[in-house]
Amino acid sequence: MSAKPGMNGSSGAHPRLILRGITKRYPGVLANDRIDLTLGAGEIHALLGENGAGKSTLVQIVYGVVRADAGRILWNGAAVTVDGPAGARALGIGMVFQHFSLFESLTVAENVALGLDPKSEAGARDMAALSARIAEVSARYGLTLDPEARVFDLSVGERQRVEIVRCLLQDPSLLIMDEPTSVLTPQEADQLFETLRRLAAEGRTILYISHKLDEIRRLCDSATILRGGRVVATCDPRTETAPSLARLMIGEEVRATRKETAGAKPRMDELLRVEGLSMKATNPLGTPLHDVRLRLREGEILGIAGVAGNGQNTLLAALSGELPAPRADAIRFEGVSIGLEGARARRDRGINFVPEDRLGHGAVADLSLADNALLSGWRRWSLVRRGLVSFARSRERAEQVVARFSVAAPGAHAAARSLSGGNLQKFIIGREIMQRPRLLIAAHPTWGVDAGAAAAIHKALIELAASGAGVIVVSQDLDELFTLADRVAVICAGRLSASRPAHEVTAEDVGLMMGGLFDAAIAKGGGVPSETGDTRDGG
Amino acid sequence: MAVSGLLGLRLERRANASRAMLLVTPPLAVLLTVLSGAVLFAALGFDPVKALMSYFVAPISTRYGIGELAVKATPLAMIGIGLALGFRGNVWNIGAEGQLTLGAICAGGLALAFHGQEGPWLLPLMMLAGAAGGLAYGAIPAWLRTRFNANEILTSLMLTYVGTLLLSYLVTGPWKDPDGFNFPESRLFNDAALLPIILDGTRMHLGAPLALLAVVVGWVIVARTLIGFQIKVVGLTPIAAGYAGFSQARTIWFTLLLSGGLAGLAGAIEVAGPIGQLQPSISPGYGFTAIIVAFLGRLHPVGVLLAALLMALSYLGGEHAQIELGLPLALTGVFQGMLLFFLLASDFLVHYRLRRVAPPGVRAARGRVGEARRRWTSFP
Repeated sequence: MSAKPGMNGSSGAHPRLILRGITKRYPGVLANDRIDLTLGAGEIHALLGENGAGKSTLVQIVYGVVRADAGRILWNGAAVTVDGPAGARALGIGMVFQHFSLFESLTVAENVALGLDPKSEAGARDMAALSARIAEVSARYGLTLDPEARVFDLSVGERQRVEIVRCLLQDPSLLIMDEPTSVLTPQEADQLFETLRRLAAEGRTILYISHKLDEIRRLCDSATILRGGRVVATCDPRTETAPSLARLMIGEEVRATRKETAGAKPRMDELLRVEGLSMKATNPLGTPLHDVRLRLREGEILGIAGVAGNGQNTLLAALSGELPAPRADAIRFEGVSIGLEGARARRDRGINFVPEDRLGHGAVADLSLADNALLSGWRRWSLVRRGLVSFARSRERAEQVVARFSVAAPGAHAAARSLSGGNLQKFIIGREIMQRPRLLIAAHPTWGVDAGAAAAIHKALIELAASGAGVIVVSQDLDELFTLADRVAVICAGRLSASRPAHEVTAEDVGLMMGGLFDAAIAKGGGVPSETGDTRDGG
Repeated sequence: MAVSGLLGLRLERRANASRAMLLVTPPLAVLLTVLSGAVLFAALGFDPVKALMSYFVAPISTRYGIGELAVKATPLAMIGIGLALGFRGNVWNIGAEGQLTLGAICAGGLALAFHGQEGPWLLPLMMLAGAAGGLAYGAIPAWLRTRFNANEILTSLMLTYVGTLLLSYLVTGPWKDPDGFNFPESRLFNDAALLPIILDGTRMHLGAPLALLAVVVGWVIVARTLIGFQIKVVGLTPIAAGYAGFSQARTIWFTLLLSGGLAGLAGAIEVAGPIGQLQPSISPGYGFTAIIVAFLGRLHPVGVLLAALLMALSYLGGEHAQIELGLPLALTGVFQGMLLFFLLASDFLVHYRLRRVAPPGVRAARGRVGEARRRWTSFP
């Protein structure tokens, strides 16, 4: 325990961690392409990038979860191979994950004890001594924590402290923090930054993964920016501006908009109006919505950008009716207040939904395509008469979808799970479009889909809008949004920005908003936490 | 994982569970039960072949025996159909025994209330009262589950004991036969309150065709109706059910009311059929055995019918072995238990396989990698 691997002695001679030419290829995607990274002792280093930029893969390689295809890892100047997380911890690398793994019914000390290796950690079995150590570590780093408290009583921020303390008891010289503030209130985030600065002052290195530009500029000494699996820049974030960071993260290439005449479209009737929609998330870790407002006209495609986990799921559930809104008039469709209606009633009105999860939400894995056509289409296609299902007509509908959207499937009898992700996605989108919706809400419509299928899906969505239906596309893929959308809005921390015509918005604007820096109008809320509390009680 | 690691073996989920194997496992479980039974008989000092014949074949080698088989299979099939529908939708009604008891109380109470002024209307009314009683008793766990999210396994099971105690109170108190020498029994029902015998020389009664009807209705629900599809989707993937607009609460109500009603009807049939009066104990655990029946029958109505016949045979065999071989009646429980055990074990092995694994150190490291991977997979 007292031997601190490379804690002080070697810091002068060698950087703590050097990555050279790290490459990792997954089927169809080069997740990391010859990445170089150097971390010095006492440095707080940001790893910045959009989702899918390769941040996760890179830290998985450092933490030993994934093995790189090529490249070298130098730890305190010596070449090492990291054999799994246990090996990483033995070297002195600790990691705090975005999702916690704590037992809610156990105390803080018990949870920490479970994470320790009983053979090498002397104190792992002596609970009193362990509690004392926890108290000591939490006092030293300003991580207020009661070792005897039960985890279910703790706030999300306190739970994160348990994870951090668990890491610190192993005395790591490199601490990897994976999007730590995504679950924290601003005050909790400030406390966390204070702790991280103290850790860095002791000579520990912090690798800080985030896409929030302002906090990186406040906290980090240096930043490595990834895009498409490559290092595009290494810089000092304190000397950069948020727009310049956003440009680096998203890329400067001009994005072609769908049509130049997007603004000149004839004004159609309003289809959907969401006003003052505040509601809790589907699960305790989800993001609640705050005063969301949006409007959609017939024939219009609205793109909603944003980093995952910023309230998209709650918004989608509210729009689809799987989680009805707290007030009827929060959501108005064709002039009717439908906020309280459930999924079935809304589908009857012609609101169709393509969820993010194909298997397990948009389709049942073990059922055939015919049964999956029945799943969402039984009302619109009248597949049920007097409680009896017409399986013949379900099969017919499934076959039509398969034929029209060129789904590679042996037939309507094929189980949904037997299809590839892209083909199942084509089937689900086709199934919803062929029900002739008035409004289609599609979440990540081409996520993980190959280029050909993606183009087909885009074409189908544009045709649907051209026929007069409204379309809402929620996606993290900015290229996709700029290809499809007439107007673009950004969701961040449960708030939705005002939408702007796609041809007026630059990638830089969107990047800034994705980092939470909305225009004055949206950011005016100011005291976010107190307002959060109010809206939550009110909703 | 820690337990399986003891023998240097580890359980791994199979990528593709064979559908064919899932149909083969019930006969396989029966075969293994018979083989283990033979070993058991041999260990007790009996000729295994003779003992097995006495257990499985002798009871149904007479016309009367066939009738008895139908008498015992009737409540099992009827309850099993209802339970199987619920189990498909992940609604675990474990309290069919209590719903059966309430059905018996309601039907029996009617028979006693109209003692001496019967007509042909009494029997249908008793059947309806029995079904209504079981249905109402099934409504309690349904309400507790949908209103308070109380686990229906616990509530329905605990209500079983309330039901049996209520029956005990009635037959030792207000409903005791006034001429019954203080025995804890009601008076015998009059003929108009008894189900007619449909096979001469046996006790097979009108309940048997009613059970067959339940099987047919159950099959139609499973194979043809929207509610059957809805139950299946809720059971397989609740989130997709929410997407489709299928209400989980509706599924819970439907399956608990249906299985409760069928169990109550089975209770009415028991008291109006082979028993003919109210007694402190009216069922040798049909409500619990029907759980085995539902699983042995693969939650499919036709399978449930076959399984009900098999379990009925195990009751008869136990009684027969008691008389012929002088073995205790607990033998029935042993055979039923072995059957369920072998079925669950072979089911498990269809979905999982045993693997020899590397020495402990490597295994521990791998476990951690697995743990970390799982964390990463939930990373958006």
